[in-house]
Amino acid sequence: MTFVTTRTDTGPLLDGATGKWEVVIGMEVHAQVLSKAKLFSGASAEFGAEPNAHVSFVDAAMPGMLPVINRYCVEQAVRTGLGLKAKINKRSTFDRKNYFYPDLPAGYQISQYKDPVVGEGVVIVDMPGGKSIPVGIERLHLEQDAGKSLHDQHPDESYVDLNRAGVALMEIVSKPDLRSSEEAAAYLKKLRAIVRYLGTCDGNMDEGSMRADVNVSVRKPGGPLGTRCEIKNVNSMRFVAAAVEYEARRQIDIIEGGGTIKQETRLFDSKKGETRSMRSKEEAHDYRYFPDPDLLPLEFDDAFVARVKASLPELPDDKKERFVRDFGLSPYDAGVLIAERESADFFEQVAKGRDAKLAANWVINELFGRLNKEDKSIAESPVSAAALGSIVSMISDNTISGKIAKDVFEIAWTEGGDPAAIVEKRGLKQVTDMGAIETAVDKVIAANPQKVEQAKAKPSMAGWFVGQVMKETGGKANPQAVNELVMKKLGL
Amino acid sequence: MSVDKDTVRRVARLARLAFPEERLEPMAKELNTILAWVEQLNEVDTSKVEPMTSVVTMSLKMRDDVVTDGARAEAVVQNAPLGEDNYFAVPKVVE
Amino acid sequence: MSDLTGLTIAEARDGLKKKAFSAKELTEAHIKAMEKARVLNAFVTETPDIARAGAAEADKRLAAGAARPLEGIPLGIKDLFCTKGVLTTAGSHILDGFKPPYESTVSNNLFNDGAVMLGKLNMDEFAMGSSNETSYYKPVINPWRRKGSNTPLVPGGSSGGSSASVAARLVMGATGTDTGGSIRQPAAVTGIAGIKPTYGRCSRWGIVAFASSLDQAGPMARTVKDCAILLKSMASHDPLDSTSVDLPVPDYEAAMTGNIKGLRVGIPKEYRIDGMPAEIEALWRQGIQWLKDAGAETVDVSLPHTKYALPAYYIVAPAEASSNLARYDGVRFGLRVPGKDITSMYENTRAAGFGREVQRRILIGTYVLSAGYYDAYYIKAQKLRTLIARDFEEAYKKCDVLLTPTAPGPAFGIGEKSDDPIAMYLNDVFTVTVNLAGLPGISVPAGLSSEGLPLGLQLIGKAFDEATLFRVGEVIEKAAGVTPRPQAWWEA
Repeated sequence: MTFVTTRTDTGPLLDGATGKWEVVIGMEVHAQVLSKAKLFSGASAEFGAEPNAHVSFVDAAMPGMLPVINRYCVEQAVRTGLGLKAKINKRSTFDRKNYFYPDLPAGYQISQYKDPVVGEGVVIVDMPGGKSIPVGIERLHLEQDAGKSLHDQHPDESYVDLNRAGVALMEIVSKPDLRSSEEAAAYLKKLRAIVRYLGTCDGNMDEGSMRADVNVSVRKPGGPLGTRCEIKNVNSMRFVAAAVEYEARRQIDIIEGGGTIKQETRLFDSKKGETRSMRSKEEAHDYRYFPDPDLLPLEFDDAFVARVKASLPELPDDKKERFVRDFGLSPYDAGVLIAERESADFFEQVAKGRDAKLAANWVINELFGRLNKEDKSIAESPVSAAALGSIVSMISDNTISGKIAKDVFEIAWTEGGDPAAIVEKRGLKQVTDMGAIETAVDKVIAANPQKVEQAKAKPSMAGWFVGQVMKETGGKANPQAVNELVMKKLGL
Repeated sequence: MSVDKDTVRRVARLARLAFPEERLEPMAKELNTILAWVEQLNEVDTSKVEPMTSVVTMSLKMRDDVVTDGARAEAVVQNAPLGEDNYFAVPKVVE
Repeated sequence: MSDLTGLTIAEARDGLKKKAFSAKELTEAHIKAMEKARVLNAFVTETPDIARAGAAEADKRLAAGAARPLEGIPLGIKDLFCTKGVLTTAGSHILDGFKPPYESTVSNNLFNDGAVMLGKLNMDEFAMGSSNETSYYKPVINPWRRKGSNTPLVPGGSSGGSSASVAARLVMGATGTDTGGSIRQPAAVTGIAGIKPTYGRCSRWGIVAFASSLDQAGPMARTVKDCAILLKSMASHDPLDSTSVDLPVPDYEAAMTGNIKGLRVGIPKEYRIDGMPAEIEALWRQGIQWLKDAGAETVDVSLPHTKYALPAYYIVAPAEASSNLARYDGVRFGLRVPGKDITSMYENTRAAGFGREVQRRILIGTYVLSAGYYDAYYIKAQKLRTLIARDFEEAYKKCDVLLTPTAPGPAFGIGEKSDDPIAMYLNDVFTVTVNLAGLPGISVPAGLSSEGLPLGLQLIGKAFDEATLFRVGEVIEKAAGVTPRPQAWWEA
């Protein structure tokens, strides 16, 4: 199928020997519906079981077996459609896509060809640097996943496991609105965030819950669309970017070398970072789609759509806007926080009733930094949102300084415990007793007459005195009070 | 719309039916006879008619999202001509 | 007691209840008859042990006064129904050795009601045929012979094993399936009754699929009443079949009041086809007279698209079949013929496993669904279906039921029509419209031809109005008088 781009601007361009080139990218993302059972059978959709243990006779296409659709999977598709701000088709149909393959037991896949459950929509993709690109969604349809063939178990046989066969997939097809590898990766990232927010797909790319087929072509800026190649099964954001980079360059080189692009299906080799032709897919396909006579048209009313709509959570774009509006965060910080629903929720707990900007700084810089370093997810954070919130509160009310707060965070991270108790027990409370601070200031001034002279000539030297006083007080003195006193005593 | 030998060969390939060369021609003839016969449908103007989707007037039945099946790999593979460890086995498939 | 096999189901049910004989005696009598009639080739698999076990259980229940509706009634099951642990072939080599690990809903319903299975009945391969000559397990021979002739005749098809075994008194009743006439036509040419219920009345779950939008199971027995008794048990709402209807199953026997006064019987003029044998036409006229005599009024109606039913059927049915039969690929069950790679394994298996007629229909079906032909053939045929269904709707504004002949002639000789597919297809000319429109149709034995062969009349009802068909069918049956049983030449 050929879809029309909705993009009007010119995207980033690539350099070729004959001038600039524009890359045109469309994506087909297969997202596994988060459900307990399969789309048309009562077998479990869970990943990772013994061979053929999550298989019903329906999934194995035994004679006389019939599909019955899982209501929840339909709801999930509609929910996703609403999340993509797309048209929901109240009547859609299931078609059979006929082809022979060992992991396709019935010899056909039940899919939606002519009338998908979800029509056109849009995804706003945020690029670093603040640019937002609307990417058109062509359609979303429900279909069955295939089983899995294992080729390394036997010298001349492939083994077939049907555990995946019949698991519900949403195929989300974009318009050819993407113009660079970065945009393609960012689109996938955004799509992943949306389905994870919605709870309609776990977005786990390692387990294949999300897989992308990427259509790439190149053209002279503003020129007619080039011939596209479809790159199959690209399974991470990084690979999407790498596959697009490689494929665009390959096509530019061919065209500039006087050749033409052949429309074909290619496979991305993540080890070599290149794409190669899949000759096995080159045989002319004729899928002989026709409506599945075992199923009636899928129909629902406005009330059903309204009910699903009412159950939608706040979506990433809305959350970002709210964070900027209500918390005064920068769009960049808000974008970082909302990238994962769990992070956003964590932040909101930390920020609740506290200085939101300070909370954002702590979540993004201290917590995310530390989590990244130790390769932990936010769910695995040893410091809870309540604990981090307590640290933020203590900074705000001057119980501790920012510097001490980092120490408290470190202790809470490595040893655990309630930050307030840590501060109390270890005597880390900020010294606000002006008498004690004054004593320390006087002591430092008295001990360093030379520096006093220097400071009078060069007022920025005052910082050195503040540092010394902080050292003297074990870091517990209120830095602002120290600063004021030092300036006063030095007559600056 | 006449079916020739090559068409029979292509269709047989799509349907995964091994077809000896000498049977292609007779089969083309048989198919042409049948297709010529069904082409009498063209006598009817159906431009304003919707194709039938279902003979029963009812809405699509739906299941709840509950695991009710599986955990019987032995029964799933027991009729398989070839297999091992509850896998089905087929001649090696090259990607 | 001497001839338990001559009883109707209704009579046997009473006899068992009154302890005139035991279920064991009844079953043994039928096992004996079955064993003596092997020359008819009605069974693919005989299951006397299962029958004996069923009879023993029936006798226990009868003794305990806990008899179920079909307690101890020996039946044959068409080999298209999957029977748990019992070879199920669909009359095809490709299901070689297939023992389903599940029981079809319809056969399960019968056994749950106490029926006893004598065996699996021969049939045209995948129910594709009108003479039972396409069976991999060789043709079934009609127990009827032409007067003064030994020429073996076909028992009709595809439910030829069912019709022959019921007519020959090997079983008291049998299951059949009807996609284009496969219950009614064999019933007519063997002098028994058979009903194709409304599409959706009986579950298709566990019945090997031929053409999903047309297939429907139904009973075949020696009387209309027996069919009513059997259908009551066979029909159910099945949550495993998306096209099975959630409607209560009426008490069909109770509806058989014998009173058809004022009933409007439609006579469709388009069924008076060119070249219709005079005796078929005479029989039809006789049927009209019988119904008038019983107080019904007849109405001339028009079903203008009748002549297009058969060609439309020969597009839709092969199209669906080509897809339904894709699962027979040598991977998960049945026959496998090795090949040098996966594709040649598929091709060899399917070439060896499917017979000529099945291959022919797979090719037609694949062709009419293939790119460029789909609209011209498949969509066109489905549009004709809409028109055919509309014809019936119009007709039913003027009448309650339609009367037609069942088949264009009596049983023909084995091999007489097998070289001309279209001549063979014409056997279904009166029956196939009903399948295309999803309506119920019953064939009632109505007399003998000049050669002494049985002929049937067909009644077509409104959707889910099987009760009227039974009521009117019994009136015809009574008016026609007792159908003689065929001479038991096979026992000689």
